[in-house]
Amino acid sequence: MHPAFSVIFFTVSSGAGFGLFALLYLTDLFGLSGGLPIEQKLVAGALALVLVAAGLASSMFHLANPKNAWRAFNRFRTSWLSREGVFAMAFYPFAIIYLGLTWLVVPELEVLRLTAGALATLLAWITLFSTGMIYGCLKTIRQWNSPLVPANYLTLGHFTGALLLLAVAGHGSVVLTGYVSLVLALLVVAASLKAIYYFWIAGPGAGPTIKTATGFTRGTVRLLDTGHTHGTFLTQEFGFQVARQFSLVLKAFVFVAGFVMPALILTLGGDVSVAIYAAAVTALLGMVAERWLFFAEARHVINLYHGAQHC
Amino acid sequence: MRLGLVIDLDVCVGCHACAIACKEWNASGTTAPLTDYQPYGAEPSGVWFNRIRSYEVGEYPNNKTINFPMSCMHCEDADCVTVCPTGASYKRAEDGIVLVDQNKCMGCNYCSWACPYGARELDRESGTMKKCTLCVDRIYDQQIPMEERQPACVLTCPAHARMFGDLDDPNSAVSSVVRERGGYQLMPELGYNPTNHYLPVRKAKPIPTENLGKPGFKDKIKGIANRIVKR
Ligand code: SF4
Ligand code: SF4
Repeated sequence: MHPAFSVIFFTVSSGAGFGLFALLYLTDLFGLSGGLPIEQKLVAGALALVLVAAGLASSMFHLANPKNAWRAFNRFRTSWLSREGVFAMAFYPFAIIYLGLTWLVVPELEVLRLTAGALATLLAWITLFSTGMIYGCLKTIRQWNSPLVPANYLTLGHFTGALLLLAVAGHGSVVLTGYVSLVLALLVVAASLKAIYYFWIAGPGAGPTIKTATGFTRGTVRLLDTGHTHGTFLTQEFGFQVARQFSLVLKAFVFVAGFVMPALILTLGGDVSVAIYAAAVTALLGMVAERWLFFAEARHVINLYHGAQHC
Repeated sequence: MRLGLVIDLDVCVGCHACAIACKEWNASGTTAPLTDYQPYGAEPSGVWFNRIRSYEVGEYPNNKTINFPMSCMHCEDADCVTVCPTGASYKRAEDGIVLVDQNKCMGCNYCSWACPYGARELDRESGTMKKCTLCVDRIYDQQIPMEERQPACVLTCPAHARMFGDLDDPNSAVSSVVRERGGYQLMPELGYNPTNHYLPVRKAKPIPTENLGKPGFKDKIKGIANRIVKR
């Protein structure tokens, strides 16, 4: 699949934003290390909202006809893309109520504040899941059609969100050990799931082949002529292929920049805020590479008609 | 009603006439225009509803070239419709034709990802998704004679490799030919239940090329004439 930068930025940015918000709420609810001071909660919350909004705005650049984008909420009952949009929009009012009440500090409204935060967190999770399912529901792409895909979106969003939360927390007087442990725990889960995913897509899998695609099941089938003189929409959108060697190098980069470096920086560098920023930046770079590969390695069954023997 | 095409792979000669007729008719049809990019340039490309590919099946000397036209299959369980967030993609309840409402499409490409058959192509000029309409604006046109109320590709095919009809009706010509010739669907394992069917290549007796026997008197004369007359 052709990796579109707008979609890559969208999923990395809004994933981190939703993860950051959910963790902000949970650490606030359970008072991790005594809880963050109000200003830092507000900074983290605002950062989350900006990341989500930036992601959604970027996804608009992927549309060939953005003037109809408002219609995207229309098919909530069948389309994960529609659901994602609706849940992302529903997230905002609750998140804003939660942050607003955090700012105003009204003791009588504490229950409302926490309820709004809980609902926003729930919506953040559902939205992340929906984003994963946009890809996970497609039977045409074996590398995407798996529960591992929404699981990856959820865990990577929380891992990057936790790093950003730590970066915000690093500016105050809170003891950071709890936040560092949170990042490391999520890092281990996210990295393990990603490793499982990479092992899973490396296998041949049992999907359609050129034989079932054409119905010539008895003999070998070989493409003689694609019937067009130059590329078409189909070859541009689905024909993208990444060299095996390059994809191995990129996978190594995903793990080194995304997981190993942040883990080393955080365990060795400790509380220094420069170190935390460095960890966040390399992790986000790793995530961009991860998302790029997620598209580049996906092979749509249409390639069978263009000569691929299996997908 | 479940309108669709039946394509006889034994008969298709790969002349691309159906694709041209489709482009011609639909360039002024409900989803028009069908943009061409650089038509006279170095990298000509454009939007087509119907594409013909050729495959070699089997090993020499039992190999065969098979021409393989593909357009929208108007699937029963069309994921292209369920994934569309705007409601632009829809399947008509009355005849099963799958269409894209050009006024609603936002050009997200999602439906093309969901289609296993490559039936949908984005028109970069209009920013909307285009696909085979089964010539919906022709097959219902009361102004044209009854026998011409068929998709442009079916009407134009010089080899009569294409048939059009109601695959829901077991007595229709298309249903009978699918039954008799063992017509099949593409990639049935994905579960889209495409309406269009393909008729397999018939088993042909090999034409003997050895032991043709001695040439007769007529053949001898022909042979001599061929040697004398230089082309
Ligand atoms: S062939 Fe593709 S575009 Fe046509 S109905 Fe089936 S899934 Fe949809
Ligand atoms: S490209 Fe248009 S028709 Fe296709 S899913 Fe998006 S909005 Fe629907």
